Amino acid sequence: MIRSVPRSRWFDGLYLAYLVAFFLYLALPLLVTSVFAFNDAPYPSLPWQGFTVDWYLADGSAGRTGLFHDDGLLSALWVSAQIAFWVTLVSVGLGCANAVLFERLQFRGKEFLYLLMLLPLVIPGVILGVSILVFYSGLANDLSRAWAIELDLFRPGLTLVVMGQVAFIASLSTLVIAARLRKFDRQLEEAALNLGATPLTAWFTVTLPWLLPSIVGAAAMAFLMSFENFNTTVMLTGSDTPLTVALFNRLREGSTPVLNAVALLLMVVSAALAVLLMGRSGARRT
Amino acid sequence: MNSPAGRLSLWLLLTPFLLWIVLLVVLPHLQMLRVSFQVRESWDTLAWGLQQYQNFFAEAYYWRTFVRTGLMSLFTTLLTLLIAFPIAWYIARLARGRAKGLLFLGCLIPFWASELVRTYGWMILLRESGLFSSWLQALGWADGPVEMLYNDVAVIIGLVYNGLLFMVVPLVTTLDGLDENLVEAGYDLGGGHGTVLREVVVPWAMPGIVSGCIVVFMLTLGSYLTPTLMGGKDSAWFTQQIFTQFITRFNWEQGAALGVLLLVLSSAIVWLGLKLTGQSLRRVMG
Repeated sequence: MIRSVPRSRWFDGLYLAYLVAFFLYLALPLLVTSVFAFNDAPYPSLPWQGFTVDWYLADGSAGRTGLFHDDGLLSALWVSAQIAFWVTLVSVGLGCANAVLFERLQFRGKEFLYLLMLLPLVIPGVILGVSILVFYSGLANDLSRAWAIELDLFRPGLTLVVMGQVAFIASLSTLVIAARLRKFDRQLEEAALNLGATPLTAWFTVTLPWLLPSIVGAAAMAFLMSFENFNTTVMLTGSDTPLTVALFNRLREGSTPVLNAVALLLMVVSAALAVLLMGRSGARRT
Repeated sequence: MNSPAGRLSLWLLLTPFLLWIVLLVVLPHLQMLRVSFQVRESWDTLAWGLQQYQNFFAEAYYWRTFVRTGLMSLFTTLLTLLIAFPIAWYIARLARGRAKGLLFLGCLIPFWASELVRTYGWMILLRESGLFSSWLQALGWADGPVEMLYNDVAVIIGLVYNGLLFMVVPLVTTLDGLDENLVEAGYDLGGGHGTVLREVVVPWAMPGIVSGCIVVFMLTLGSYLTPTLMGGKDSAWFTQQIFTQFITRFNWEQGAALGVLLLVLSSAIVWLGLKLTGQSLRRVMG
């Protein structure tokens, strides 16, 4: 089953059909979601009623409220953006520090700590959320009961959501940055030191620029993962609901094409981000 | 590393790592374990006990859902592997040049949308007023609307869809490194397709297979959105019970016990998978 081994035409045809079916399976749900964002009907289903941009632009006067006039969804979008910003900042910072820690330094118990670092990747998201809820909310409750100190920071809300997401996104950004650091030629750094640079200068002028593509990549990944996370977030969210939770609540009430409009917007933004990054790394390689 | 500067940098890097892993992962999980063994006697007194775990085994609804979730997750993982393997093989070994990159990019399509959007897309396709139902009626293959949502098959379709990306990527990565001479040698020595696949290809791809299976299994087992939105009344998922205990009933002790059980199940299966295939977590995830 490799290029040099002859295959029957019958087999080839079957294989090709399978490929087509597979990519159809991949594309269909997203395609359908996107198309119905422009259907001029109050409900995302057939028959097709004509093209409209109401689900983005309608201001509510005709009984339709488009995404850009839907205060609930817009504020949820803003909440998600804030969360994603902090998660990205903290995760990438941690990722850089961890990458240097595990790739450059030798210390006792390193192997064990590395396994601990991987651990969040094999804990279900719901459990990460629940454990942080139990620990910090419990702490806030205990403090309030024992000393009447109110630590609202640790009650369900934005801080806890950021903490819950950082718990596992930091592992991923560590892996991304460490993979790049591993390929770094240390002689470059030594050359800088020989030329009289201090270790700190060498780090900022030689090593960090080398790591930059992976840092940008890790940041984009962290931002998207935070934006799209549901399982951990839903356990920790307070009165300010992030977008995924807001969409979930709407969806349970029944679907409207506004949801399709949001979905399409999200897809376009993350696809654009992905293409932009791939273009950048492609340009860098050539 | 014994110079004062070396020790300083070690501690500077170790501190953020330890803060993250201890405060966001280790302590919360230990606390969840502790709470699961606490029994509430009255509103402000607690005792140690196994009450929550006894509830789990005494209440058929709990443990049946638990077993069901585990088995369905295993089945989903296996199905994802079977679907993804030929695709990964094609991308890694048979496609050339541009087609290779494009097909690989195509596999990333679902990742442009969040789990919520993907699930929503499937709901538009499968529900009673959905596209498949309309198409079947238009073709004359069905007399009335057909409900394809809210059953186990729908849940598995959605879960496999969510997992495919995480299976295809590691498979392509490992299969890419396979030396074609090994495969040819297998045929030269008289092996058929089946033998070569079993004796050469699968052992070579094992790290990718295990890594894909672990991630997909974990995501499936811990998934909340897809089973909740696509499953019917009878296809409950274990994460829903955890959610109910925490958020709806505010029974944290019971919820913590269910959380611990889910964590034990996922760790046990991941560990067993690694042992049976002779892989290590570090090799597979790191």
